[in-house]
Amino acid sequence: MKKMKKTVCLGLVAAMAVSAFAGCGKKTDDTVYKIGGIGPLTGSAADYGISVKQGAEIAIEEINEAGGIKVGDKTLKIEMKFEDDEASAELATTAYNAVMDWGAQAILGNVTSGACLAVNPLSNKDGILQLTPSGSAAGCTEYDNGFRLCFTDPLQGQLMADYAKEHGYNKIAVIYNNSDDYSFGIKDAFKARVVENGGEIVAEEAFVTDATDFTAQLTNIKSTDAQVIFVPAYYNDAAYIISQAIELGMNLPYLGCDGWDGVLAQLKDNPNAADGSVFLSPFVATIEDEKVQSFVKKYQEKYNSSPSQFAADGYDCIYVFKAAVEKAGSVANADVIAAMVGLEFEGLTGSATFDAKGEPNKGAKFIEIKDASYVVQE
Amino acid sequence: METFILQLINGIRTGSIYALIALGYTMVYGIAKMINFAHGDIIMVGAYALYLLWSVAGLPLPLAMLLTVVICAVLGVTIERVAYKPLRKAPSLAVLITAIGMSFLLQALSLLLFGATPIKSQNIVQLKGFQIGSITVPGLPVLTLAVTVVCMVSLTLFINKTKAGRAMRAVSEDKQAASLMGINVNRTISLTFAIGSALAAVAGILYLSQYKSLTPTMGALPGIKAFVAAVFGGIGSIPGAMLGGILLGIIEVMAKAYINSALADAIVFGVLVIVLLVKPSGLLGKNRIEKV
Repeated sequence: MKKMKKTVCLGLVAAMAVSAFAGCGKKTDDTVYKIGGIGPLTGSAADYGISVKQGAEIAIEEINEAGGIKVGDKTLKIEMKFEDDEASAELATTAYNAVMDWGAQAILGNVTSGACLAVNPLSNKDGILQLTPSGSAAGCTEYDNGFRLCFTDPLQGQLMADYAKEHGYNKIAVIYNNSDDYSFGIKDAFKARVVENGGEIVAEEAFVTDATDFTAQLTNIKSTDAQVIFVPAYYNDAAYIISQAIELGMNLPYLGCDGWDGVLAQLKDNPNAADGSVFLSPFVATIEDEKVQSFVKKYQEKYNSSPSQFAADGYDCIYVFKAAVEKAGSVANADVIAAMVGLEFEGLTGSATFDAKGEPNKGAKFIEIKDASYVVQE
Repeated sequence: METFILQLINGIRTGSIYALIALGYTMVYGIAKMINFAHGDIIMVGAYALYLLWSVAGLPLPLAMLLTVVICAVLGVTIERVAYKPLRKAPSLAVLITAIGMSFLLQALSLLLFGATPIKSQNIVQLKGFQIGSITVPGLPVLTLAVTVVCMVSLTLFINKTKAGRAMRAVSEDKQAASLMGINVNRTISLTFAIGSALAAVAGILYLSQYKSLTPTMGALPGIKAFVAAVFGGIGSIPGAMLGGILLGIIEVMAKAYINSALADAIVFGVLVIVLLVKPSGLLGKNRIEKV
């Protein structure tokens, strides 16, 4: 028995030694550009990570088929390794180390804010470009090497509050997820702006992640004189709220945020339930636009599902990397990061100009739900 | 007043689901003396099974429901055979951890098979609500409550009046002595798991009828809440699980309605702590001194 232990120990030591040197001696291949993707592929946020990964894969395929990234007289093919962080800050660090060991030259991620905040200081220390497709917390762009493609949470809240004012909604009820930074951040900014605009929040109700019963909150709202319900939450929560409100005999319109994309698919029995609601989203798969439709078609052929905004974000991010490297004319980390500032980009999720703070400065797109389909408001 | 009654109905609606799940928890604990943390995930399996059999395969609803119950019962027995039975003599902590592992295993498998995107289910039970004065009482919560009461009564009768029930009580009392009396301990425990999981299947069907959406983690939160309800009512006590579930639902909803929806869970668990401080065995639990 003792002997066996010894052998096992020796084996382990040998394995450790081998793996410790495994990282060494790897030369950067100058015919590929390696992108390390990090996002949740399992767990409750898996939908977002998988969408980003699949969207990115389509962009990579397109770029590689068209030749690749042109840097000087060379063209580089893109390779991506996507690691699962389960949307947790702890696993995000492990995933980051895994893609760095593989030789990543830029980070696509993280998909969720909490995980992104954990990786930011690491990528900053390594001096490598990090672009989050969907990390909307204010801190995700704190470091010079951190950029984002999506709106920030506070900005979304402010835009929706202004929208409410323009459309004459003065008495507003809010249902938000108080265990989620995203929901909380939007709610706080929304509330502050509504008060600033002279409106009134007549009810402020909370729920927790994975809650399925909203009848108590809705019954409370029913007894107020609210004209509209603001739901800064993901589509699944929104769908529960909308269908349970109908069961309670309420028919107020809703205001939503970009997490609402996909809500109609969850309202199959009562597709008209959300009619008249408005949310903010950079991408909707049913919009008639040549570029969007070509992407949707490819995505459906390959993955047999309709792309969400996260898929479009992932797709766009890859093109941003390409644009940044081509603008820099080099793959050196510092050059690519410098090229990001002031980069103008036109993608599926709108046109963006990245500033030195790492923000995309995008225009807002309001989506109205009309006759059970998404319509862009002009 | 009207709002209060509406909120009370909301509380019963949430609570009766908790109660139904808690029945299964408490039964398995009462007899096998283990906390089956995978119980919540069997609800999830039940909901997916019903969805596949009915919406996808197109079986008639009653048959699909029956098969769902059978599938869950078989799954429960299998889990017990594979994961818990070999640990029957191990410390209870090992069994507890195995149960938690089982729970994650079921969630991960379902994630692998069905993906993380929530699947929308059709309306399963269409029930018209009825009017009392100006208040509309929705039909489904009433049905859920009725099913829970029927399950509770038949479970109590089964355990107290039948031979198999007596065997269960004997096993719960003392496994060794029971086997000396000619009781097949393994079979009795299997039966317990079969019934417990069948109850979880029923809860899964009603849960799906109520909320109409499927996710791999759908069983986790109701499972935890129901476990709390079972402890609240006195774990091991069948009427206690029922009482605990309904009370938990009502307290939760009332806290959301009249105190602060952001503090609802804090209040629910605060009440639990107070109840357990005053009555450590739960509301209807027996205060039994463990013999060493």
